[in-house]
Amino acid sequence: MASDIGWWGLAASAVLVAVAVALSMLRQLRLERSIVWSSARAAVQLLLVGVALDVLLDAGVAWSWAWVVGMVVFAADTVHRRAPEVPGVTVLALGAFAAAAVVTLAVLFGLDVFPLEPRTLIPLAGMMIGNAMTSTVLVARRVLEELRDKRDEVEARLALGLASADAAKPYVRAALRTALIPQIETTKSVGLVFLPGAMTGLILAGADPFDAVRVQIAVMYLVLGSVATTVTVVGLGAQRRLFTTDHRLVVPSRPAD
Amino acid sequence: MTGPLFSFEHVSVGDDSRWRLRDVVVELPDCGITTIVGPSGSGKSTLLRCCNRLEALREGVVRYRGVDVMTIDPLVLRRRVGMVFQRPTPFAGTGRDNLRVADPNISDARAAELLQVVKLDPSFLDRDATRLSGGEAQRLCLARSLAARPDVLLMDEVTSSVDPPTRIALEELAHSCARSDVRVLWVTHDFDQARRIADHIVVVLAGRVAHSAPAGELEAAAPPDVLAFLEEARGGE
Repeated sequence: MASDIGWWGLAASAVLVAVAVALSMLRQLRLERSIVWSSARAAVQLLLVGVALDVLLDAGVAWSWAWVVGMVVFAADTVHRRAPEVPGVTVLALGAFAAAAVVTLAVLFGLDVFPLEPRTLIPLAGMMIGNAMTSTVLVARRVLEELRDKRDEVEARLALGLASADAAKPYVRAALRTALIPQIETTKSVGLVFLPGAMTGLILAGADPFDAVRVQIAVMYLVLGSVATTVTVVGLGAQRRLFTTDHRLVVPSRPAD
Repeated sequence: MTGPLFSFEHVSVGDDSRWRLRDVVVELPDCGITTIVGPSGSGKSTLLRCCNRLEALREGVVRYRGVDVMTIDPLVLRRRVGMVFQRPTPFAGTGRDNLRVADPNISDARAAELLQVVKLDPSFLDRDATRLSGGEAQRLCLARSLAARPDVLLMDEVTSSVDPPTRIALEELAHSCARSDVRVLWVTHDFDQARRIADHIVVVLAGRVAHSAPAGELEAAAPPDVLAFLEEARGGE
């Protein structure tokens, strides 16, 4: 039978939070409040999401799309808060998530990989946006840091008469690789080193392992495709915003410590 | 008599929090080597970077041989007005790869010829540019700028991080460029060097051009603050 955690089981699992708190106290890490706060916050957030999903899954697919839009906006705002130095990063992230959603969801639903219904749309979009968000923050920061750290080289290229896109190319390429490689490594080691979330969830919920594997493979490709799309859109977009139209580099200085 | 190479007409760079150049009016002559000299932070490099539009003007006009630089495509302008920077900036790859950034179709013969001009032997074409010494890298950067066949070379404190033999070699190279009709604008804080190589000297103090004169007539009509700077520069030797 599938595992079906009751309220008692949920409370019992909180013992593991107590273990983390105890370790923090033992080693004087002073992280007890953070551990308790983040655990409680996660529980409340997920319970609220559970309530919302319970309603959404029974509502029309239009409401699910509205939920997806909400996730995209929230993710773009998160990118802005985590990479505030990159000019116009919110708009870039919105564009990137929209592009990734169009590409990946069009493939998954357009080619009938999954049926288009709230039960598939919401979790797939959630996984796509969640993974893409992390890579988006990483690439936005890396493009800025590469161009800032290599400012002398970039200006030397500009001074040779190269257009800004050509002058920035080696450094933006390095940033894109840095942002994409973790996802590629994760994809490579999946199943060997760890069992991914979607598959674990399905198996715990009682699904046939081969069904779970097929879903997981499709999800992995979804994540890889969306991460590649968002990283490319945000990386190239950030590069454009760090140059003027007359090919001058305008990277903000590193903030003082 | 030819017109000026560059003319600065009431040029300001920066903003109210800090003006790096303020109301600069000067004409740089279209001949030989002009050195731009002044203390650190006085605005000499900023003045140089206005010549190839790496710097944005807040006010005023910079003209290159009579033409407002803002009306020239910056990519075209920068190929005519090359630049070598204070710190050597070799790009990843070999010496040949570096020269190809400036001229993608450069032949090996032309590349070797350029290396010869900057006193590097042809083996540097195949050497990793990022593993060169400071002096070697700076010479490669000069060869790279020359590969674009510029009419003018902006040289921004190019000897500040190299050894004395390379410094002398770079000064000689500036002379040889000038002899081959490539105009040189050379920024330095070293007044002895400025005097040694210049046909014309511009003194920049606190974001403004305090004086501009042929090298042999510098002191003749210099205002008191310039004389004080020159005195201090000599005293510091």
